[in-house]
Amino acid sequence: MQSLFDCLRAWGLNDGDPWTFLTIVLMAGITVITRSFFFISDAPWTLPSWAQRGMQYAPIAALAAVVLPEILMTQGVFIHSLAEARIYGAIAGAAYFSWRRGSGQAVLGTIVVGMLVYMPLHVGLQW
Amino acid sequence: MFFFRRQWRKPAYRQGFMEMLTLAPGIAAWGLMTGVAMATSGMRTPDVLAMAILVFAGSSQLAAIPLLGAGAPLWVILATAFCVNLRFVVFSAHMRNYLMHLPRVQRLTMGYFVADLTYVLFTKRYPVPGATEAERDEQMAYLAGNATINWLSWTVCSVLGVVLANYIPAAWGLGFAGVLALTGILCSLATSRMRIFSAAMGAVVAIMAYTLPLKLNILLAIVVSVALCMVLESSMPQATADK
Repeated sequence: MQSLFDCLRAWGLNDGDPWTFLTIVLMAGITVITRSFFFISDAPWTLPSWAQRGMQYAPIAALAAVVLPEILMTQGVFIHSLAEARIYGAIAGAAYFSWRRGSGQAVLGTIVVGMLVYMPLHVGLQW
Repeated sequence: MFFFRRQWRKPAYRQGFMEMLTLAPGIAAWGLMTGVAMATSGMRTPDVLAMAILVFAGSSQLAAIPLLGAGAPLWVILATAFCVNLRFVVFSAHMRNYLMHLPRVQRLTMGYFVADLTYVLFTKRYPVPGATEAERDEQMAYLAGNATINWLSWTVCSVLGVVLANYIPAAWGLGFAGVLALTGILCSLATSRMRIFSAAMGAVVAIMAYTLPLKLNILLAIVVSVALCMVLESSMPQATADK
């Protein structure tokens, strides 16, 4: 182990604290374990069909759970003012998407249009 | 990415690659801001770079940084990363039937690359696991193409963010592009009333439970939404028809 650290240090990848580097490598391991959790084992086992059916609702629930707090909350509190650039950026982006739904670049347009509305309000008006 | 090579020529690889490419600006801006956040956290640059390249999980990186800075014990940092990543455990239950035909090393390699957006786009493109070998092959090619561009744009931009941290003021709010990319995907998934209901419940629960530690509000939101949708489905069977 020590020689691995020496080697990394020689490359300039780590200048002296092997524990931090080890922690980071183990965090990458956690990424693998959590993302593979239910298919690490080779044991035969299938998700019951009711659970498989329920899973179709997981992606959209997860996205909404990640995105909406980012838009509607500031520092852990629900927004209490409409002077908030993120609301208008998100509305503009979603409006563009529903206008262009089905075209190949609809999501790209959502990002571009949303930023075009968001940035002037955020940088210019400090919203 | 040793086993992705044989996928390169398949049309599905290209398709997965292109579908994720339209999201690349959002992922890029988001990776950039995560890089900036890591670089300005007080960690040493080599550690920040190692984290940006190896960990490939933005929220667990951001959760671990203050703990690393405070000298928290190793197991606390790892347990935190695990809890912040718990939503992936749910996703892995879903992905299992798609991936079990692969040998374990390939499964785990694939697992490493299946982050949020790849999972969402993949299950949207392929609602059911492949029944024949040709179908499974096509699905794996799509997954590989999609994951490649996701990893590349995220990692390259995180590293750029670390390097350029002093020149990108957080006040510009570039990270919002990532939120917009997710918003676009969210809209594209909202194809049935049940799914819109699932999204609404997910948002309400995540906001109400926001004060839970370790981003457990997101896990709770997924579990509650899926459970409610299944209860609704079984109480009115016609809801299943509008998938």
